[in-house]
Parts: sequence; structure tokens; C-alpha cells
Amino acid sequence: MNLWNKLMCYCRRRSPWLFHLNSGSCNGCDIELVAALAPRYDAEQLGVRLEGSPRHADILVITGPVTHNAVGAIRTVYSQVLGPKAVVAIGSCPATTNVFIDSRTLDGPLEKHIPVDVFVPGCPPRPDAIILGVAKAAEILAERAGKNLPIESVMIPISECACADNAEPASSEVQL
Amino acid sequence: MTTALARLLIFPGLLFAVPAAWFFLWVERKAVALMQGRIGPPFMQPFYDFVKLLGKGTPTRSGVSGLLMKAWPLIAMSSAAGAVGLLPVLPSSGGFQGDLILLLALMEVPSMCIIAAGFSSRSIFGEIGSAREAVLNVSYNIVFLLAILSIAASQHTFSLEALAQLPATPLRWLGVLALLVCLPAKLHLNPFSLPNAEQEIYSGPMTEYAGPELAMWELSHGLEWVAATGLVATLAAPHVTIWWLAAIIFVALSFAIVLLLSAVASATARLAIDTTVRFYWQCTIIFAVLAISSALFMRLRS
Repeated sequence: MNLWNKLMCYCRRRSPWLFHLNSGSCNGCDIELVAALAPRYDAEQLGVRLEGSPRHADILVITGPVTHNAVGAIRTVYSQVLGPKAVVAIGSCPATTNVFIDSRTLDGPLEKHIPVDVFVPGCPPRPDAIILGVAKAAEILAERAGKNLPIESVMIPISECACADNAEPASSEVQL
Repeated sequence: MTTALARLLIFPGLLFAVPAAWFFLWVERKAVALMQGRIGPPFMQPFYDFVKLLGKGTPTRSGVSGLLMKAWPLIAMSSAAGAVGLLPVLPSSGGFQGDLILLLALMEVPSMCIIAAGFSSRSIFGEIGSAREAVLNVSYNIVFLLAILSIAASQHTFSLEALAQLPATPLRWLGVLALLVCLPAKLHLNPFSLPNAEQEIYSGPMTEYAGPELAMWELSHGLEWVAATGLVATLAAPHVTIWWLAAIIFVALSFAIVLLLSAVASATARLAIDTTVRFYWQCTIIFAVLAISSALFMRLRS
């Protein structure tokens, strides 16, 4: 691996730009994603930026159980994100369709439609678990740089996502 | 000849301007983060973003509009770099000395490119963003140009070199103040961040850009920061003959202006387009007209 590739890997790991797509989520995970970017967890320390356009993004963050209406949007947006790209499924809904299983309005889970790199389970997952998932996806992006590795899904272990009260907040000095 | 080349390529030209552009982009993000009670991005973040964007793909576009879309960010970036290279930071450097009019023209090119880029991307969000940028341009530029004109008229010269050397008059301070009011709109900062209003029109004119082209836009935005704050810094800086002291004063003043603008940006919310236009055409223009009329009046008397 030459120097430029090494630099590229280094930079890809440190600059994950997200595009958030809601595929019929109840808004619980969306709120937690915003909380991950807000002062208490401050994901910008890792270089995370929430982008307005899928063209700018490296990581597609998808919440929700994938309704029939959302399938077309998911496919379009996935193809609009330019490579190298990764997909992070946030919450239990995109992984298993959760409590909405067998609903006639759903066409889930997400893996039926696009390859998913990281699952962050939880209903909703904690912001620190979401940050961990995004960091993992950024690592995957850096590893995949230059090589055509097949996509293997990674599951963030539930112990990282459970209501861990001893979890240290990322930035704030406030102890509740 | 060599001094002119050194000015264009080393200081305050490319070799200084590109790291300075990244540094100012970082300072802006860090200042906003600190004011929001966050820690903010690491020091090298704009550089990481730039390199990462260089390694991403671009969508395939065909025909003239595809070529144009490739050209706009390059034109914007090179003219912003040229504007930085023209700034009279070092005293009496000789060689090619551009004047204020050339500098203003070069500083205007990036926003023209943004307008053109939004329209040639054919994205609905790009077109709305471009229309907003055009309206914004028409509003702040009246004040911006009147302020520059009043400074030039009160000091009897359009030459940048001479302006940097002449002692500042009260009228010049009025002009510098008017320039400062225009800077947030010129740099798309928060009270006037209409063209790239993320919550309303996604990324505005940049919506369809990706990869290396987006990296060029980021760089040209950073260079615009350096050029715009540098212009105010050179007009406000006291004249010193020692070159390293002049450079330090220039960098420190630019840094202070960046901090000021970021603080204003994080303390304010975005205004609507009609409020923005009214702000510039009704409130700020009074000061600009006052400045230019008193400059002309003083000129007639002398």
C-alpha cells in the first residue's frame, strides 16, 4: 500500500459524513441520532457531519422498518450516494421490522433491498451506540479503500446499546 | 518579477492561502462548537475532509452541462486564490500590483460560479439556492461596493498598495464597518446563510456536487474566507515597514475577524430572504450612502 492510499484510509476513518433517511420510523431513532450530534455526545469530534445531500455523504444512516412507500426512495438514495459508501441501520426496525413484523404495509427488513454494513440494535439505541456504529462504518470504509472486499454485516453488540447507566458521556463534564 | 511571483505563490498566495483556508474553516467550526458547549472537530478536520472528498467518485454527467459543472468549482477556486494573492500584505513588494477593482472582480467570481453551478445542476434545490444567492448578491453588493468606493474616494486612490500605506481616516473606518456588515452574507454565514439553508433546500447549489468537485468548492469557500477577511484586515491594519511584523499583524487581524464572524453566526438564526433584502436595502445602505456622500463632499471641498 503506497503513501497516498495510507493517507486516504486515515482521512476516510476521520471524516464520515452522514445522510439520514427515514423509512417509516416512529421518530425515536431519529431523535437519538440528533442527540448523538448535539452537545452531550458531540459526534463532530470524530469528524461526523450530517449532510443535506446524499451526493455528499459517505455513510447512509437508515431508520425505520421499510414501508412499501419507502422502498423506491431507499433504492434511489442508495444509488445517489457515491462510492466508497457504507450503510448503517439504526434501531431494531430496519434489522427485523421489530414490533411491526407481518404488517401488510411493510416490505422489510432493510437487507432485502440494499446491503447493510452495520446494525445498531435497540428500540431506540442510545446515542453512544449510534456513534459506535458510525465509527465502525467509517473503519469499514477505510479498510475497503482500494480493495473490492465483499460486504459483511457487523452487529454492534447489545451490551453496548443497552441502557448502560455507567456509560460515560462523550464530551460533557456534567454528571447526573 | 520574482517578488510578484513569490507574492502569488508563497505569501499571501497559494502556499499560505490553502493552509490558511483550512485553518479558517476549522476555526469557524470550532468556534461554533465551543459556543454551543461542544468540543468540536479536531484541528486537521478540513484537511481530512478535503483528502477524503478527493478519493470519492463523481456521478457521470454528459454534454455541455456536465463540462460546465466540472468547470465552475475550478474557476471559483482559482479566482479566489488569485484574490488572496493580490492582497497588499507585505510593504512595497514591487512587481505586478493589482488595484481594488481587480480584487473586487476576483472576489465576485466565486459567487457568480455558485449561481451558475446551481442552475447548471438542474436540481430543484440547486435552482432555488442559486436564485437566493443571486438575490443576496444584489442586496449586499450595493453596500459592499459603496463602502469600497467611499474608502477609495476619501483616500484619492484605487491602488491597493497606496491604500495599505496611507494612514486611516475616520471615513475609512466607517467604510471598514460597512464591509464587516457585508461579510456574513458574502461568506454565507448564519443570519444570511440563505443559499445553503440545509433545513430548507438541502445543500442549495451544491446539492448535485460530489467527490473532487465538492472538495474544490470547499477549498474555494475557505479561500473566500481568507480573501474577504484579508481585505478588511489590510484596510484596518496600521502600516508597518518590517515585513514579518506586517505578516503577523495581517494574520492576527484576519483571525480576530474570523472569530467575530463565527460568534455572530452561532448566536443568530437564519433570516428569511425578504428580511435579508430589507436589512441591506433599508438599514445598512444608509451608512454606505452616508460614507460615500461625505467622501465625495470632502473631495469637492479639498
